[in-house]
Amino acid sequence: MADLSPDGRMGKPPVLAPGHTPATVTDHISAIVLRQTPRWWWVAFGISFLVMQLLLVGIAYLVFEGVGIWGVNNPVGWGFAIINFVWWIGIGHAGTLISAILLLLRQEWRTSINRFAEAMTLFAVACAGVFPLIHVGRPWLAYWLLPYPNTMGLWPNFRSPLIWDVFAVSTYATVSALFWYVGLIPDLATLRDRSRRRWKKIVYGFASMGWRGHAAHWHNYEVAYLLLAGLATPLVVSVHTVVSFDFAVGQIAGWHATIFPPYFVAGAVFAGFAMVLTLAIPLREAFGLKDFITLRHIQNMAKIMLTTGLIVGYGYLVEIFLAFYSGNQYEEFMILNRIQGPYKIHWWALLLCNVLAPQLIWVRRVRNSPWLVFLVAMFVNVGMWLERFVIVVTSLSRDFLPSSWGTYSGTRWDWAIYVGTIGLFLSLLFLFVRFLPMISIFEMRTILPEAKDVHKKTGKAQG
Amino acid sequence: MSRFKTAEGKNLYGLMAEFDSPDKLVAACYSARDAGFRRLGAYTPYPIEAVWEAIDHHRSKLPLIVLAGGLIGAIGGFMLQYWTSVEVYPMNIGGRPFNSWVAFIVPAFETTILCASFAAVLGMFALNKLPHPYHPAFNVERFAEASRDRYFLLITTKDPDFDPVRAREVLERTHPVEINEVEE
Repeated sequence: MADLSPDGRMGKPPVLAPGHTPATVTDHISAIVLRQTPRWWWVAFGISFLVMQLLLVGIAYLVFEGVGIWGVNNPVGWGFAIINFVWWIGIGHAGTLISAILLLLRQEWRTSINRFAEAMTLFAVACAGVFPLIHVGRPWLAYWLLPYPNTMGLWPNFRSPLIWDVFAVSTYATVSALFWYVGLIPDLATLRDRSRRRWKKIVYGFASMGWRGHAAHWHNYEVAYLLLAGLATPLVVSVHTVVSFDFAVGQIAGWHATIFPPYFVAGAVFAGFAMVLTLAIPLREAFGLKDFITLRHIQNMAKIMLTTGLIVGYGYLVEIFLAFYSGNQYEEFMILNRIQGPYKIHWWALLLCNVLAPQLIWVRRVRNSPWLVFLVAMFVNVGMWLERFVIVVTSLSRDFLPSSWGTYSGTRWDWAIYVGTIGLFLSLLFLFVRFLPMISIFEMRTILPEAKDVHKKTGKAQG
Repeated sequence: MSRFKTAEGKNLYGLMAEFDSPDKLVAACYSARDAGFRRLGAYTPYPIEAVWEAIDHHRSKLPLIVLAGGLIGAIGGFMLQYWTSVEVYPMNIGGRPFNSWVAFIVPAFETTILCASFAAVLGMFALNKLPHPYHPAFNVERFAEASRDRYFLLITTKDPDFDPVRAREVLERTHPVEINEVEE
């Protein structure tokens, strides 16, 4: 690509364009937040906000009328709500992977993408969280899921994966928010110091807790940040594992499989990186961030997407293999039903999106072209939704007894609520890029040559 | 109430030197310590281990706090499940034992992570005495650059051996960009 590495062959593009200093990094990123709102932002946010109304109207009508407005019925009792829940929560995983796991692995390139990837996690989990709540049928009693002393003398059944899900998802949302906020504190202090308006100084100053950058504070801060990364790493793996238990602990053919936890986690990272790419590529164009989110980031993320895509492809193969290897007629039927049953279009489309399309990433010219990577990522976004559709619907629609078979499709309200959550996600994202620094400013300072030199020199002085 | 006054007659909190490179700040920290000053504040736009080593380093207590949080989460999470499933609301679910401890591991794991994470964040705030909305350092206009690309060293009047003339002398020898008096 033309922007950074002239021919794309000689070495890798840099993580950060040359010539930056702490001052330029600070000014460039904080200016995005502190300058006047660009007109296109109002248009983009306005459209997202309008799309979000579909969600609000959908939920209002749902509460008024009941879950009968959805396509779910016997035998398919889990429809769009569960598909969308799993899809959104999977998307969230890439944020934690980038911020925690790549930090522990000392992958320096994560620095310029971790902030908005974490924000994406939070917003995706918020969208995911909507669905179990409205899916319980009487959302105003959803708090019954939590263990709390009550006059009925009732407690939840802790042997059920559905209760595990409550714990896993709420912990994940909380810890992601904590991690994100802790990461923001020094940058909020920067915004406090750089904004000229008094009310902005007060708001950012309040949020930054009076951060001053004292050496002792930085020390405790770094320990806290590293420990949070260490805690978030097993957590993120546990979340989609527990989500997969919702299925794997059931007896339905196509759900009752030991490969589900790793297969779900890989799928989550796959979907998540696709979404990070979907957001990063337009954002770096819109905000002129090509110095910070370089071709290197896009290539690296594309490679992770390809790798996890191959793991997911392996998962599909193992599912087919085990169905026949088990010698169980219901398992065999389940696979044949996926390939040639009423939902065969979904299954073949998911293979195209999740297995075939990512293979383009092998080609260097595709990796070097952000918009081709974007196209592949869009395929994956769609493909992972289809995967959850196939898992949920094909197995339920044709279970053990042919007399109880049925079909399923989403109603207009199913679609309204699903599309509405995309509106919610984008609205939150646009608010985030307007009011908070979308790239971690203080972490960008640490990867500059100036910061690295001081570490080296003192290393010698110490030895 | 300070023993010392600024040029304008206000209470003096300390003297603050501004540097344009982290190396100069590290050198200044060592000079100030060699001159006998102990209550130093070194402010940087990003974490620099060398500065922390130069002023006064001790191991952070945070890991122990996080360990305690994690243990409370693990034991508390498991006991909640044991108590509800065995003592107060025993339910026969498919003939499984009331104390289905294998199944209880999953929520107990989540509460472990949850409590340890809260311990990490709240512990960090407590050790750093945050939130701390007012600090005399903010009275220095140039201090806003501490969150951009400047490095600051503050010698406070709380130092038992503080003497404004000597402190200024020491700081002037460390090649600062400028030295400011900090109002209390």
